[in-house]
Amino acid sequence: MKDFRYIDDTAILKLNEEACVGCGMCVTVCPHRIFELQNKKAQIVDYNGCMECGACATNCPTEAIYVNPDDGCGCAAYIINSWISKVRGKPIDFCSC
Amino acid sequence: MTDHLGTVRARTGIARNQYKVNSGLYCTGAPTAEAPVLVTANYKLSFDALRKELSGVNAWILVADTRGINVWCAAGKGTFSADEIALQVERARLAEIVSHRELILPQFGATGVASQTLNKLCGFKGTYGPLRAEDIPGFLKNDKKADESMRSVTFSTGERLILVPVEIALVWKLFLIVTLGIFAVSGIGPEMFSLQAAWTRGLSASGATILAILAGALATPLLLPWIPGRQFWLKGVLTGSLAGLAYMLMVKAPSQFEKLSLLFWIISAASYMAMNFTGATPFTSLSGVEKEMRKGLLVQCISVLVALILWIAAPFVH
Repeated sequence: MKDFRYIDDTAILKLNEEACVGCGMCVTVCPHRIFELQNKKAQIVDYNGCMECGACATNCPTEAIYVNPDDGCGCAAYIINSWISKVRGKPIDFCSC
Repeated sequence: MTDHLGTVRARTGIARNQYKVNSGLYCTGAPTAEAPVLVTANYKLSFDALRKELSGVNAWILVADTRGINVWCAAGKGTFSADEIALQVERARLAEIVSHRELILPQFGATGVASQTLNKLCGFKGTYGPLRAEDIPGFLKNDKKADESMRSVTFSTGERLILVPVEIALVWKLFLIVTLGIFAVSGIGPEMFSLQAAWTRGLSASGATILAILAGALATPLLLPWIPGRQFWLKGVLTGSLAGLAYMLMVKAPSQFEKLSLLFWIISAASYMAMNFTGATPFTSLSGVEKEMRKGLLVQCISVLVALILWIAAPFVH
């Protein structure tokens, strides 16, 4: 997805190289191909391509990857609702998407 | 035929949330005990896409219960998960039906499926197939290996356009409320309330609303790669400005105040609709969307307020 780029330097994505065992699952599952295996360790090669879908973190056997854990359904109506529910301290009651 | 009508209804949002198939084990062709098992969600469009691409392939299809939501969204919400897949494996007694112990998972499901836990949960190992169902026959033939293009998400013009009906259908309630409000506000004038003004001014403002929705929810997605900038609310401001300027030239509004008001209104509404499209794209991060929304919503609210003040003031100044 080199033809669509979103806002740079905002994605919450951290890779702990110490914990990485080089299994390559993150390389496999990432729909934006932002990981590569180099010397048996995963490397983030296109950080700004990350959309925080969380596939890499979910499938990492050693929890070496951290991605923004908030619900990734990002339509504006849903986010406005989630902000309102945070203020009111109640769970989100609807999502149309 | 029923299937095609159903697809139209789901794509336009009319019956989108009840469009499901029963969970459980299905098959295409005449699968043997060695045939591959492909896992999917119980959204009927997901299931149909898989079934269509598998014509000519002998395979098992294990359908998880995601309450009628597609694989990627269900994975994001946690309903397409290792636990749910393991449950379906048990329910279908898959271990007695197939001789191997492998499940082919959709790559889009990876957001929700911790594949490393599947083996422990149900004795089957998860292998990620390609993103798109159309690549499955190639993946199976190629010794279950997917090349880079099969693993990369795309967002072609066709893929963007098919999302437009739902985007528009999802705002109809908001549109009705706003339109009623517009007609009410349009009647206010020096003579307290004029039904005549409510009707004629209400019509021209509602035309502006429809144009704004088209600019934000049709033109913006369609022209997405060519509209400059990265933030969607700004892209909406651009398409909205062009649409608004065109409307100012076309519409027979009596005063410059009203024309200016309509321009601000179209820009706000188009910007909001464009911003809302972030939820339908496969490349916008939640952190980024929240960041742009903090700015976008503020500008949209101010712009709506300016439009409203100009609109209410117009009958009093001329």
